[in-house]
Amino acid sequence: MSGYSADTRIRWTEWLPWVAAGLFFFLMPEYLSLGARILIFILFALSLDLILGYAGIVTLGHSAFFGLGAYTAGILSARLGVNDAFLQLAAAAGMSALLGMLTGAVILRTRALTLLMLTLAITAILLEIANKWSTMTGGADGLSGVQVSPLLGLFKFDLFGRTAFLYCLIVLFAAWWVVRRIIYSPYGAMLTGIRDNAARMHAIGAPVYWRLVMIYTVSATMAGVAGALLTQVNQFVGLNVLGLEPSGDILVMLILGGVGRLYGAFVGPVVYIVVQDTLAKQYPEYWYFGIGVLLIFVVLFARGGILGIFDKLRDKWLSHSRPKSSARASAR
Amino acid sequence: MLSSVVSVAFHGVAYGMILYVISVGLSVTMGLMGFINLAHGVFAMAGGFVLSSFMARFGVPFPLAVLSAFVLVALGSVVLERLLYSRLYGAGELTQVLFSIGLILVSMASARLIFGDQAARVLLPDYLRGQLHMMGRDFPTYRVFIIFFSLGIILLLWFGVERTRWGAMVRAAVDHRAMAQSVGINTRLLFMATFALGSGLAGLGGALGADILPVQWAYPFEHLVYFLIVVAVGGLGSLRGPFIAALLIGVADTACKYWVPEFGAFLVYAATIGILLWRPMGLFGVRA
Repeated sequence: MSGYSADTRIRWTEWLPWVAAGLFFFLMPEYLSLGARILIFILFALSLDLILGYAGIVTLGHSAFFGLGAYTAGILSARLGVNDAFLQLAAAAGMSALLGMLTGAVILRTRALTLLMLTLAITAILLEIANKWSTMTGGADGLSGVQVSPLLGLFKFDLFGRTAFLYCLIVLFAAWWVVRRIIYSPYGAMLTGIRDNAARMHAIGAPVYWRLVMIYTVSATMAGVAGALLTQVNQFVGLNVLGLEPSGDILVMLILGGVGRLYGAFVGPVVYIVVQDTLAKQYPEYWYFGIGVLLIFVVLFARGGILGIFDKLRDKWLSHSRPKSSARASAR
Repeated sequence: MLSSVVSVAFHGVAYGMILYVISVGLSVTMGLMGFINLAHGVFAMAGGFVLSSFMARFGVPFPLAVLSAFVLVALGSVVLERLLYSRLYGAGELTQVLFSIGLILVSMASARLIFGDQAARVLLPDYLRGQLHMMGRDFPTYRVFIIFFSLGIILLLWFGVERTRWGAMVRAAVDHRAMAQSVGINTRLLFMATFALGSGLAGLGGALGADILPVQWAYPFEHLVYFLIVVAVGGLGSLRGPFIAALLIGVADTACKYWVPEFGAFLVYAATIGILLWRPMGLFGVRA
């Protein structure tokens, strides 16, 4: 699938998400704020895919970085009066990178339940801080009054979310490019090696721990940027960006799309948020019931998520029309 | 000051006992089967709902309702274990985490559909209401009952694990599953029985603790962090560890809420991180 020997040139199918986003912009202008939210969660899912799908770090605390980024941007604007969008993004990225590096350096020496518990405890602590330090964070009421001055002094955040959508799209595109470079590099191959067999990577002399800390930091930075984008688009931060729930949500989105395959992070949030937006407001119980059943189904029968199902169907179809091609599929 | 120390210790211990009764099954099943079961709180919630609906709708007396909470949850968990859990033994931790999150979501939605948004009401019998006068102070009778009843259960459990044949088999399987299997222990059956016992205990804890941890549909998510902390700090596969961890958390959490409410649960989480960094396998862990 991925890996060192794969052809790393951009295939034509990889342009499809961007074409779709462009079409969406022109054809469905009334849904642009929903679209911006989807783009933000794609970025968040992409950052989780880096550590979960490629490096194999199972975490319940990825919202720590998302939330820290969101609050950093919010506090900068509402409390300190820094309204420049790129300054806010940079600050959020910096804070999240710092937190990712510090916590990563400490917790990535552990594994399994301990690691899970530590990631969860870190985001829980941040949630407590955001909840109790209300003079700074607004506490349970959330932090309102966030302002973003026009981008480059030219593009104002308009009521229809046109600027917001394009802004998020550009940031996501940049992140996608970085992620793609990482996973097709020797470093990316090393990460998948660590995921598949850490002991062997140790044996061939790879600095496993440092590689993990590095990718954890990169992923944290991206999650922080996603959080800051959410703050800027909503002009508001609430407690729902921290804690177990957003971590679980993003995990579910990524799994539904397909983990460790780059574009799973694109498909999952689209499906999840669109369905949530139409269903969850009217029937919240049924929504959770459905998503739970779906999750159990994916785990038991369709490990690759939605994209995995497509892959299987395609392989089946190909092997039907051209029997020899199954050899290629099994050789990877 | 002194009186508040006594009262914090008292309520903290009652809380810790409940936490232990709920979480001990999680420690054993995780240690035994290596299954990361985030959905353990579902069994506790189910126990609470069984207790309250049996008493309110069918007029079952309190002791019998508590017993049925234990039995029904244990039976229900066997069904889940055979149908779903057993397919995922030996699967990766991500798979198990996701599966149990799915189970939590389904059960939360079902609980909300069946029981609505209200917390389950538990009507205590007269002999458990009121205050108990001891050593010149008043203690709520029900909390005293919780402490002593849980203590009884815990002693029974420890006796079972340390002194019976079943306990010896469990300990053998926790220490080395392949070896236990090769000397002829039917680990499949052992897993099933232990899982049922652990879930039943969670149901019991959820039922008894309904007035400390209110039982409503969001229960499995809301208290998940604490159940996991008990197990992770105590150490997987151990009975003693989670007991000490549960008491520590019960008392610490009560103390924090009483004296430094502005910190919330901050200190408990910070202590958890500290302990786990100091001893990644928990205080008395057999394996990480």
